[in-house]
Amino acid sequence: MSCSRKDANAALLSNFEVFQLLTDLKQQRKESGKSKQSSGQQNLNTIMYETLKYISKTPCRYQSPETVREFLIAMKGHKLTKAEKLQLLNHRPVTAVEIQLMVEESEERLTEEQIESLLQTVASILPGDPEEQQRDSAMETEGRGSQ
Amino acid sequence: MFVLVEMTDTVRIPPWQFERKLNESIAEELNKKLANKVVYNVGLCICLYDITKLEDSYIFPGDGASHTKVHFRYVVFHPFLDEILVGEIKSCSQDGVHVSIGFFDDIVIPPESLQQPAKFDEAEQVWVWEYETEEGAHDLYMDIGEEIRFRVVDETFVDTSPTGPSSAEASTSNATEEVQKKEAPYTLVVTMCIIPIVSQSQWLILFLK
Repeated sequence: MSCSRKDANAALLSNFEVFQLLTDLKQQRKESGKSKQSSGQQNLNTIMYETLKYISKTPCRYQSPETVREFLIAMKGHKLTKAEKLQLLNHRPVTAVEIQLMVEESEERLTEEQIESLLQTVASILPGDPEEQQRDSAMETEGRGSQ
Repeated sequence: MFVLVEMTDTVRIPPWQFERKLNESIAEELNKKLANKVVYNVGLCICLYDITKLEDSYIFPGDGASHTKVHFRYVVFHPFLDEILVGEIKSCSQDGVHVSIGFFDDIVIPPESLQQPAKFDEAEQVWVWEYETEEGAHDLYMDIGEEIRFRVVDETFVDTSPTGPSSAEASTSNATEEVQKKEAPYTLVVTMCIIPIVSQSQWLILFLK
C-alpha cells in the first residue's frame, strides 16, 4: 500500500459523530441510486452496515450535537481527561461502579459526592432510552402518590 | 473507539471516469481501497471522513489515467489503551474467550484475565467462572451471545503482506502441507471488567450487563 499516514491520531471521534457520518453517507448513497455503484463497493457496504448496527445499540442514537456540546460544557468543572469524557459520552453510565471503571484512580480523584454529581449530570444532559425514562418517571410518581 | 487519521495517497482515475466529478471518483476509489481493511499500525478503516487537499492531477506517458495526490482524513477503528467496550461472546476455546463487536471479531480474553477461579468445560466448550459466596459456589457460564463489558489491554498488528520470492522457495518444499495459517492482521487482547466490590448484586450487574 502506497498510502502514507501523516497523523495516526489527528482526533478522537465519539460514537455519535461516527453514527451521524454513516447515516448521512447511507442516505447519500441511497439517493444517488444504484447505477453508480460497482462491485468494489461491497467492503464499504459491509463495514457501514455492521458498524451502524453496533453503534445504534449504544446511547449515542439518542444524542444530538446540542446535547454533546452541553455535556462537554458541563464536564469542564470535573477535571476529567479527554478520553474519560469520551467514554462517559459513549456509555452514559448510570451507576457509580461504571464511573469507577472509566475514570482512572477514581477513589483518589473523586469523592462520593462528586461521583454522585457526575451521575446526575450524565443522566440529566445525555438522553437515555425514552421507554426506560418513562417507566422511571412513572415509578417515581407512583411512589410519591402512595406516600 | 474511533479516531480520525490523516493520510496521503495517489489515486488513479481511469479515463472512462473522467466525466464524473473528481471528488466523487476519488472518494469512491479511496473507499474501495481502504474500507473494511486493516492498515498496519493504524487500525480498521471504516469510511472516508473528508478530503482536505487535492494536488494537481497528472497523466503519465503510456497510461491514459490521471494520477492525483490526495490528502484526506479517514475514520478508523482503533480503541485506546484501557478503553471500556461492550461486545458479545462469540466462542470459547482453550486460548480464551473470543468476543465480537459485529464489525470486528478478533478480540480475545486470555484465560489469565478471566475472573479466577475459572475453568474450561470441555463438554460444553465454554469457560465457567466458579463464584463463591457464603451460600455456596455458583457457576457462571460464559455463554455464546452474552453481552460482556471489557477493557482493552493490548493490541497486536501483524503485517500480512505477501512475502517475496526468497521465502516462497522455502515454502514450496512444504507444498504438500495444508495452506498456511491465516493470521489476523489486528488483534485486541482484553480483560473482563472487574473491580473489587462488596455486594454480590453489584458483581452480577457488572457481569451480566
